[in-house]
Amino acid sequence: MSENNVIKTSTQDTLTLALSKGRILKETLPLLAAAGIEPAEDISKSRKLVFDTNLPNVRLLVIRATDVPTYVELGAADLGVAGKDVLMEHGDEGLYEPLDLEIAHCRLMTAGIKGAAIPQGRRRVATKFIDTAKRWYAERGIQVDLIKLYGGMELAPIMGLADEIVDIVDTGNTLRANGLEPREWMADISTRLVVNKAAMKMKHVRIQPLLEQMREAVVRKRTTAA
Amino acid sequence: MTIADRWLLPDGMEEILPPKARQMEALRRRLLDLFHAWGYDMVMPPPVEFLESLLTGAGHDLELQTFKVTDQLSGRTMGVSADVTPQVARMDAHSVPRSGAARFCYCHPVLRTRADNSMGSRAPVQIGAELFGHAGVASDLEILNLMVSTLQQSGADELYLDLGHVGLYRGLVDAAGLSTEQEQQLFDAIQHKRFADIAPCVTGVESAVVREMLMALPHLSGGVEVLEQARQVLAAAPAGVREALSELTEVAHALQRCHPEITLYLDLSELRGYHYHTGMVFAAYVPGLGQALAKGGRYDEIGSVFGRARPATGFSTDLKLLAELNGYQPSMPGILAPVEALTDPDCAQEVARLRAMGERVMIALPEYRVETHQFETHRVESGQGAHQAPTYDRRLLKVEDQWQVVSAGQSTDSFSD
Repeated sequence: MSENNVIKTSTQDTLTLALSKGRILKETLPLLAAAGIEPAEDISKSRKLVFDTNLPNVRLLVIRATDVPTYVELGAADLGVAGKDVLMEHGDEGLYEPLDLEIAHCRLMTAGIKGAAIPQGRRRVATKFIDTAKRWYAERGIQVDLIKLYGGMELAPIMGLADEIVDIVDTGNTLRANGLEPREWMADISTRLVVNKAAMKMKHVRIQPLLEQMREAVVRKRTTAA
Repeated sequence: MTIADRWLLPDGMEEILPPKARQMEALRRRLLDLFHAWGYDMVMPPPVEFLESLLTGAGHDLELQTFKVTDQLSGRTMGVSADVTPQVARMDAHSVPRSGAARFCYCHPVLRTRADNSMGSRAPVQIGAELFGHAGVASDLEILNLMVSTLQQSGADELYLDLGHVGLYRGLVDAAGLSTEQEQQLFDAIQHKRFADIAPCVTGVESAVVREMLMALPHLSGGVEVLEQARQVLAAAPAGVREALSELTEVAHALQRCHPEITLYLDLSELRGYHYHTGMVFAAYVPGLGQALAKGGRYDEIGSVFGRARPATGFSTDLKLLAELNGYQPSMPGILAPVEALTDPDCAQEVARLRAMGERVMIALPEYRVETHQFETHRVESGQGAHQAPTYDRRLLKVEDQWQVVSAGQSTDSFSD
């Protein structure tokens, strides 16, 4: 494959997993360990992006969460671990989503200044989930102007930049600390394992057992927690 | 307007340069000859048609993918073909109404408003074959075999075939009696293999047997052994479902026998093109490509909107993707002829003779400085990056009053221009 519009995919005998760095990563590693995959070195102490594991032919990529679906969709990684929020925003073309890892639970919600009235007519909404917000408001027949921000959503209503925000809410403490209140629930979010469609079909002999082991680990964790 | 604005190409629209253009053309000829040898008649659909005929049966996705223009003569909306299959179906139903089996093939550039994936081409060259007028395993197998031959001739050594049958899911869902909304949710969950989301979608199914089977179906994927497992799991399924399974089994076993070199993957809940396909669905994958290389399946209903519903099955692929499989093949270096070839009848005759034999003969134009041992070169893209390759390795020279081809390396002092 020499053409520049064809992605060089993970070669046939290797499995490449793209992991979201940060909080999700910390909770992902025990699940991978349960499936027998452990990084060859301490990821948190390294600035590398590609890690070998205890298994030959299994590699880990540690990348930004929003990049995970892109790597997997285009086949640069066979499997990926990413939040449902990121997957909803990316769109699920080209991806299988066989396993809910049941980690990093939170909710996607709308929020606004506490007690503030919702304006008549067009609403200004600040979010980093542009496509998700567009779909959600459109389904409810609400006309909105979307403002793309990359972080610190809470500031937008305070500064009068937006009437409402769409963001991930965990405890709601950040909202409250800034005088905001959660308004409508949009979706429950948790971390999912995604698989490239072509990889699922060509490498199923290796992927199926891995999925099964991780599924068992998730169930074990759920039952011990309960 | 900056200079860059004058040469930038739109997203997903690429030009094909030497030597790839030549390779692609060579492959196109080879594949069309292959189709011809299998008894497939070539058709050339028009580049634009009225939208209504282009969008039959294929649904919303194709409508979004179709570029539209207004026909100034009729005031109607025309679409630029984004998929040749409905056009060929129209020809079979209306323009070439044959009775019995009809075989058609095509190789046609299409345009798409959006690529299939974020890095894909918006201007693929669709090449494929369609077989109309026969319902059953035999025609599905013929198309599958032709698809395999096509890909193997294009240099796909290691092939993976993904086989499915939409009749399995359709039969179970019909028996389940779900509301449209529930069915849409179930479809979504199964299509993306969101296993955890499937159970909540089927709680409304009255029959426990059907519910169990709907829950089991998405897990039925893997090697050929899945078929035996499916036979047990789906033993109590409606007749249509069992029939679909036996068709799938027959096809898989035949492929296993005739193409042991191919790795089969069965996915009993494959729903690609569900609203369009009516039976077998299949796709071919090769290592190193994160998407399907070729796709196909049965679509029996499509002709009905043209007034003649005929069983139909076919496959298509993108010639641009296929041409990548070969990698780089250097073209044969040619012969450099002196400029006398334009003025001297003897020389011209010799050049014509060489060309007729299939040689590539270029004429050294007067201002064309050629130094001994220094070949004219051009950049050639290869897998490893650009490298230099000579365009000719021989010369036509007059030696003792005779025009003769000599190796360019041993060129003599008699040559000057």
